[in-house]
Amino acid sequence: MSQTSTEQSPRELWEAALAKGRVRDTDFNTLSGQEVKTMYGPDDVSPDYDENLGYPGQFPYTRGVHPSMYRGRLWTMRQFAGFGTAAQTNERFRFLLEHGQTGLSTAFDFPTLMGYDADDDISLGEVGQVGVSISSLKDMETLFEGIPLEKVSTSMTINGPAPVMLAFYIACAERQGVDPALISGTIQNDILKEYQAQHAWLVPPEPALRMITDVMGYCAKHTPRFNTISISGYHIREAGSTAAQELAFTLANGMEYVRRGVASGLDVDDFAPRLSFFFDSHLDFFEEVSKFRAARRIWARKMRDEFGAKNPKSWMLRFHTQTAGVSLTAQQPENNIVRTAIEALAAVLGGTQSLHTNSMDETLSLPTEKAVKIALRTQQIIAEEHEVTNVVDPLAGSYFVEAETDRLEADAEAYFKEIDERGGVVACIDAGFIQREIHRSAVTYQLAVERNQKKVVGVNIYDEGDQKPEIDIHRIGDHVENEQRARLKELRANRNEAAAQAELAKIRAACDTDENLLERFVAAAHADCTLGEICNVLRDAFGKYKEPKIL
Amino acid sequence: MSDRKIRVLIAKPGLDGHDRGAKTVATVLRDAGMEVVYSGLHQTPEMIAEAALQEDVDVVGLSILSGAHMSLFPRIREALTARDMGDVLLTGGGIIPEEDMTALEGDGFSKLFGPGTRTTDIVAWIETAVNERWAREEA
Amino acid sequence: MTTSHPKHSAKGYAERVVAGDRRALSRLISWAENGNRSFPEALEALYPSIGQAWRVGITGPPGAGKSTLVNELALALRSTQFGQREVGILAIDPSSPFTGGALLGDRIRMEELTGDKHVYIRSMASRKSHGGMARAGVDACDVMDAFGMERILIETVGVGQAEYDVMGACDTVVVVMCPGAGDGVQAMKAGILEVADVLVVNKSDQAGAERLADDLSEAVHTRAIRSDEWLSETGDAWSVPVVLASAGKGENIDKVLEAVAAHRAMLASRGANGLEDARRKKRVAQVRRVVDEVLDERVWSTAELGEHVEDALAKGATAYGVANEVVDQLLGAGALAKTSNKPSANK
Repeated sequence: MSQTSTEQSPRELWEAALAKGRVRDTDFNTLSGQEVKTMYGPDDVSPDYDENLGYPGQFPYTRGVHPSMYRGRLWTMRQFAGFGTAAQTNERFRFLLEHGQTGLSTAFDFPTLMGYDADDDISLGEVGQVGVSISSLKDMETLFEGIPLEKVSTSMTINGPAPVMLAFYIACAERQGVDPALISGTIQNDILKEYQAQHAWLVPPEPALRMITDVMGYCAKHTPRFNTISISGYHIREAGSTAAQELAFTLANGMEYVRRGVASGLDVDDFAPRLSFFFDSHLDFFEEVSKFRAARRIWARKMRDEFGAKNPKSWMLRFHTQTAGVSLTAQQPENNIVRTAIEALAAVLGGTQSLHTNSMDETLSLPTEKAVKIALRTQQIIAEEHEVTNVVDPLAGSYFVEAETDRLEADAEAYFKEIDERGGVVACIDAGFIQREIHRSAVTYQLAVERNQKKVVGVNIYDEGDQKPEIDIHRIGDHVENEQRARLKELRANRNEAAAQAELAKIRAACDTDENLLERFVAAAHADCTLGEICNVLRDAFGKYKEPKIL
Repeated sequence: MSDRKIRVLIAKPGLDGHDRGAKTVATVLRDAGMEVVYSGLHQTPEMIAEAALQEDVDVVGLSILSGAHMSLFPRIREALTARDMGDVLLTGGGIIPEEDMTALEGDGFSKLFGPGTRTTDIVAWIETAVNERWAREEA
Repeated sequence: MTTSHPKHSAKGYAERVVAGDRRALSRLISWAENGNRSFPEALEALYPSIGQAWRVGITGPPGAGKSTLVNELALALRSTQFGQREVGILAIDPSSPFTGGALLGDRIRMEELTGDKHVYIRSMASRKSHGGMARAGVDACDVMDAFGMERILIETVGVGQAEYDVMGACDTVVVVMCPGAGDGVQAMKAGILEVADVLVVNKSDQAGAERLADDLSEAVHTRAIRSDEWLSETGDAWSVPVVLASAGKGENIDKVLEAVAAHRAMLASRGANGLEDARRKKRVAQVRRVVDEVLDERVWSTAELGEHVEDALAKGATAYGVANEVVDQLLGAGALAKTSNKPSANK
């Protein structure tokens, strides 16, 4: 330090003032526990604008995948919905479309997500509880009754049995008289993160990955407008990961799917444009915006430079976002509207292609219609009132945001290296490495909240004691389970049994060959084979998955 | 030379795979000096009761976010009673509406914990309840 | 069931265990773990029923796939091919040295066994006392044996003296390794091979499995040639077989069980008392452990002796000097000198 204070630079003066100033008793880390400085400046950002940022719609897409972003077209407002019977959810879909929603997103119940029929013993008590129960093509037809499948884009959140559910959807379009080539939407179909975080699997990783490449191959030919995988960080984050882990594990999974697709004989540019992503938008505004920007840049670089993709569409990371379910509190639930709004804003400033905003009452039960409407209105207010859609990537050039973007990219690269050294994503799943990393972060965060290092309004600060929230509860009655059982009974009684059994036998045979399984599933759907029947064949052929011991 | 430890079974009934809470609680109870058996996912009531019996646990903690608590929890209690395990301390947590918690707490469940619960509160509650039972056994 | 003793008394529990009451089985294992004062009385009552089970220890480095192998072995033992045995499983995991707590997660890998009434799985934490854990492990096996388990599989992580002690009480010890993670050379250095009666190279489909199996075969062969003591101790040149298996895929599980059966047959072939001799040696070791533990407990149970030691040290006595004086007091003059001059009788 210089001897005379008169010669101090502005920076030194600031540092001196800072040292003397008051500091609140908190850790100032990001939500993910990453230390950040008091201030960021020109020294903290990457110097090469063209290489690291570029222009919107251009490699490496840090600033967005479209040249004009939201000036051209707003994001798709896509509220995840589903509960009870197919008929009930059909009604909710129509309600959302009437209120200006532009895409559909289907939530399934747990039996469906695990590949069991509604009348299976193991489904008892869970039918229609957290999503819609779909056990057959008939159910799928009811779900989309009166909704023209060539006009609406549909997202289906299902993974283990995703190829079977997609077959129901394709068959449903065919029954509506719609050419499958015209249907658009996304099937989540991201099995790797199921082993890592969400745990709705069907069979072990290798056969599951084979079915995914079957889907890629089939869809490249027959449903070119349908996204075959939504590579999802959302569930990884909700399971407790940090932002960097969400980014790293999601993109590592994405690269694994690309490797598998290429290994199955597909050209990378034939399927990579149909890969889409799905991220969480959590509480830490700047970390989240930076995460979305870093994701685009990493993916573009990997696809062009490592996988040799030539089609710019293969380089572009397009993504759906959902606000963080885990950030919602059961205490003072109305506060969740505010949290969700700011998380949604981060997704928009991060350049999302579609967005789901959570309803305020979701820690208490399924959302009520009123809560769902407020959540949708939140997006509409951001889009229409706040003038945040006028300028593309408006936070670019912020020293802090650019430094965070660089930091998250570096953190992700370090994980890619470690995953490689451990033998790749599947080996890491088998050994429980990724699961353990997520678990540790979850425990660290929980303890930070309990030690009041991280504040949660209504929980560890500004709490109102034992005051119970006054909020309506949305309940699913027992009649749903009974109705679904009756429908299945009727279906089985009225179908051509010999034809159904023949299709199941063909699936079993195809498991042992390299025949495209999705083709078989579509045929089985038309023969009224049920989800559970088809999945039982797969479980029998490929075995059940057992999680590793990670605790 | 008695070296008794509180033994807890943390179990995930039903088909929901959300185990963040269950695993976090299991880890915290371990760090509080308890011996924690973790069942893994997708357990039926029979599997949970059988594990509780074989492990001779003092506490069974259930985690559920699927909305199926009103059908699964009572079945687990029944399966425990059928195994002469009716005296085990039965608790749990998840997305369970207030009125359901009240109903279950009147039906063999000692206490249920909702979202936002501090794990330290769970630890303290288990320690107190188990120690009371042990004291009664001694007497 | 006719009960002549109160249901919750030591003798009552013992009777219930012999009669096949699983609740009682669980409770007595807890007594064994907790060092419950009534346990010796219960064990006494069980004694006539002990001795039918074949105890197979399964150990190896973390990540070798022990739990999965145990699961597969149990499933095979339940099949008609291997006689539909009654199977008991004891899965031992380490306790945290800092908090004394433990996470016992082995059941995750044994899910399909939970519904089988002929299989009993018990998780056990190693707790703080090494001798105590070895004792509790053996006691738990005794209770399962008396209950009527024909095969008992004891799983431990292959590290530490306590685990060796548990393995030492098994009839056959299977050491599991896998290529990569549980490096064979590492294991040999750690002395894990010394306790092996059967070696399993798990994850046989992975690169390096054959190589590891070759290395291990070479190592056990060399040991068999060099170690006269080992040869004389067992009487026969039991050549430790190395079995390539994949527990995850359920491959060659029968080969592992056949190797265990061959080891058993080898012991039985040493004349009429072959099996009994082998087991008697193990019982002697167990008695030593219990004696050590009880002595430790009794000698140091009051503060008096500790204070005496502190005083003596404060007055300038050496550690050996004080120890000598204490042992003399306990056992009579010159006791420590006598034992410390002799080479250790027990390795």
